[in-house]
Amino acid sequence: MAVTVFMVVRLHNLFAVVMLGGIYSLLAAALLVVLDAVDVAFTEAAVGAGISTVLALGALSLTTSQEKEPSRRPFYTFVVLFVVAITGAALIFGSLDMPVIGDPTAPIHGHVADVYLSEGPVATGVPNVVTAVLASYRGFDTLGETMVVFTAGIGVLLTFASVQAGRKREDEAGEEEGEE
Amino acid sequence: MTHHLVVRVIAKMLIPFIMLFALYVQFHGDFGPGGGFQAGVIFASAFILYALVFGVETAREVAPDWVVRTGIALGGLIYGGTGVVSLFKDGNYLDYSVLKADPVAGQHIGILVIELGVGITVASVMTAIFFAFAGRQRRG
Repeated sequence: MAVTVFMVVRLHNLFAVVMLGGIYSLLAAALLVVLDAVDVAFTEAAVGAGISTVLALGALSLTTSQEKEPSRRPFYTFVVLFVVAITGAALIFGSLDMPVIGDPTAPIHGHVADVYLSEGPVATGVPNVVTAVLASYRGFDTLGETMVVFTAGIGVLLTFASVQAGRKREDEAGEEEGEE
Repeated sequence: MTHHLVVRVIAKMLIPFIMLFALYVQFHGDFGPGGGFQAGVIFASAFILYALVFGVETAREVAPDWVVRTGIALGGLIYGGTGVVSLFKDGNYLDYSVLKADPVAGQHIGILVIELGVGITVASVMTAIFFAFAGRQRRG
């Protein structure tokens, strides 16, 4: 995964970058399977490696497949480096307090996880605890997520529709001028 | 890609199985991994494969714009409507236990229905976004 990320940063051919992004998603999915998070791995493989790669390719076919030369102004480089370094340091500092992966005394296992695991299948009749939590215990969250997808779809449709409507108007105006 | 014979034949063979697998993931999500989100994406990818091989215009005939747009809203309505139904049955919003006399069966039905709503919305949105991208001509 580290190799793919490094290649993505170094390469300037966006087509190859999109492909490497798909490979990265597939590797991430494999990692999630190793961590026993099959549901998440499934989503990562379908959305990350599948749909978003296709959409990125679609975007590339509309624009260009070569990266533009970045601006080489030293001030921007310094600001960007500063922000990245601060963010990275904060993230690493935060991860120092994290419990070891698989630690049974980690705080996350102390509250509701036990209840979900022991009562979830009984109360909902659904053997897959992930689905039980997702759809029943956290039904409002999932409703919100569905609405996020809904809003995203509407947003994309409106953006493209307004672009197309504007172009149509231009075309009609152009034709009228031509007739005159 | 209309002239690649192998791709066309293989795609034709694969698409029904992709859709079947999507439905399996959709309705089997309570026993194995999967659920509405994954199923919706897989179902949409069947349409996208079809559009890639046979052209976007052909795919638009299979899934016209009004179907896709209705699907986007329908899924959300199914999800929200389930909550309203449980309100009418003297429960809290999205409390599936009241959907049937047996709370466990009610939960089961509720989860299946809302997952269906999620699946419809996700599949329609993905298809719509792909059509929007692919249907646009490059500015000459």
